Amino acid sequence: MADVALAPRRAKTEIREATAWDQLRHNKTWLGFWFMLPAMAFLIFFLAYPLGLGIWLSFTDTRIGRVGHFVGTENYEWLWDDAIFWLSVFNTLLYTSVASAVKFAVGLYLALLLNERMPFKALLRAAVLIPFIVPTVLSALAFWWIFDSQFSIISWSLKQLGLITQNINFLGDPTWARICVIFANIWRGVPFVAITLLAGLQTVQPSLYEAATLDGATRWQMFRYITYPLLTPIIAVVMTFSVLFTFTDFQLIWAMTRGGPVNATHLMATLSYQRAIIAGQLGEGAAISSAMIPFLLAAIMVSWFGLQRRKWQQGENND
Amino acid sequence: MTDLPASKVDLKSILSTPAPVDNSEGMSYLQSVPRRIVTLYLPLSIIVVILLFPFYWMALTAIKPDDQLLDLDKFNPFWTWNPTFKHIHKLLFESYYPHWLWNTMYVAIGATVLSIIASVLAAYAIVRLRYKGANLVGGLIFLAYLVPPSILFIPLATVVFQYGLFDSPLALILTYPTILIPFSTWLLMGYFKTIPFELEECALIDGASRWQILIKIVLPLAVPGLISAFIFCFTLCWNEFIYALTFLQSTPNKTVPVAIVNEFVDGDIYRWGSLMAGALCGSLPLVILYAFFVEHYVSAMTGAVKE
Repeated sequence: MADVALAPRRAKTEIREATAWDQLRHNKTWLGFWFMLPAMAFLIFFLAYPLGLGIWLSFTDTRIGRVGHFVGTENYEWLWDDAIFWLSVFNTLLYTSVASAVKFAVGLYLALLLNERMPFKALLRAAVLIPFIVPTVLSALAFWWIFDSQFSIISWSLKQLGLITQNINFLGDPTWARICVIFANIWRGVPFVAITLLAGLQTVQPSLYEAATLDGATRWQMFRYITYPLLTPIIAVVMTFSVLFTFTDFQLIWAMTRGGPVNATHLMATLSYQRAIIAGQLGEGAAISSAMIPFLLAAIMVSWFGLQRRKWQQGENND
Repeated sequence: MTDLPASKVDLKSILSTPAPVDNSEGMSYLQSVPRRIVTLYLPLSIIVVILLFPFYWMALTAIKPDDQLLDLDKFNPFWTWNPTFKHIHKLLFESYYPHWLWNTMYVAIGATVLSIIASVLAAYAIVRLRYKGANLVGGLIFLAYLVPPSILFIPLATVVFQYGLFDSPLALILTYPTILIPFSTWLLMGYFKTIPFELEECALIDGASRWQILIKIVLPLAVPGLISAFIFCFTLCWNEFIYALTFLQSTPNKTVPVAIVNEFVDGDIYRWGSLMAGALCGSLPLVILYAFFVEHYVSAMTGAVKE
């Protein structure tokens, strides 16, 4: 640094008035606007605008290749009397509630197991996450093959064990088909829940458990009064995401059953695709997907309060 | 403009300041081995086997000869002694599969790069410029994360049609960022917050512009976050289905997930081999990427939730 001090001073730059341009250049809001521009452009053109457009479309009789006219709530009235629509609502609620509950239970259990000390822990953790990495459609195809009506490996194994005599018609029977798609969804979702909860578990200090043991707590009490309260905030967020993405699931169903048999596995998303894109009734399809919005809002409210509570628990400010 | 001090300060070691670590070992040593087998290893291995079995089955089906696939009585279905590459060969040389792989790769990389650039700028502005309403915008972006593609695909289809992008990969490159930007913005916001404010203040005093600070100070320090965001976005793109199904029509333009579902599913009873080979080859690139960046994946997944 010495040579800097010894070097001859350059001529002083003259101090000039800050022009309007200079002031603008250092204005945070103006600068922030330009930094936000690309992201905002994407989100406005391809997210906010279509969201509004979708709600507008649900009040028109638009078809593919034909501009629609405003028809008021006709689409919704039509759906109100449509048994298939109500079946799809029922299916979606069933699918979401059962799959989310099991995903939570199994995911939490798996996270607790993975949190123990054991050999090959890193490898196991990596293996557990694979179902989440592989594209859903491709693993759904594997399930389609596993649940094949004639060559199912499950039917074969059960027959070898002597438990059944006939092949189970997994995806052809309404009840079995529902069980199968819910199972596939759980299979896909458990790793996400488990790994995120595991990250939460790792922040719980082991000394708390030691203290509890000294106080004579049982394993269940340790879980109930230490692990669970400390995990609650992260559980709230993870489950909101899980519920949200299960509720709007499309690809798993489309790859495995396409809504069949006799609409037993039609979710609202698959039904709206079928009505809007395949049958060409864009207005009606948009009405079905707009009908999902109230449910999503409810889930988002839960998420919001979950996040609030987390900040409050950790004593963070709102930064 | 004066250059930043060139002295080698190991920023990484400063930044990863060890939080007060709890060094106690836990109490697992109190449990006897048989008890651990029943309460830990047994349930864990059952869950892991169930989680991995579909992939084993997928891989096995892809290399089994046709006659063994459908004859479950003569051959043990869980293993094969004469693997064949017929299905994979058929896939790679007699179908559009390489095309589809290329399309998927092209769309995924294009959309990911676009969204990372947009999210870096947005995240930096929200966390560090803190312009008026930055918190509100951050909240809105989080809300955008919660808008699922299945309620957007119908209106987006009409938008894509209006812009003349129908049946073009460009439609996907432009629409995927709506899924990716909210996620990666939140992830990067978390990373940017961990970078000390003082570094930027020093640079500002030295006369660096915001842009220079972002390029020369913040980004080099946020490389792990960038990698996490990149591979996670890439995976999401590869996985995306409903937009690709709706916006693409001609066979050579399709992406792998859509193409396999639509083009390989015919009435042929021997389709399973090539179907599973297609699913396997479509998953392998992601699994390989994952194998190299496990930690980044985990931090991406948990990071976005934690924020």
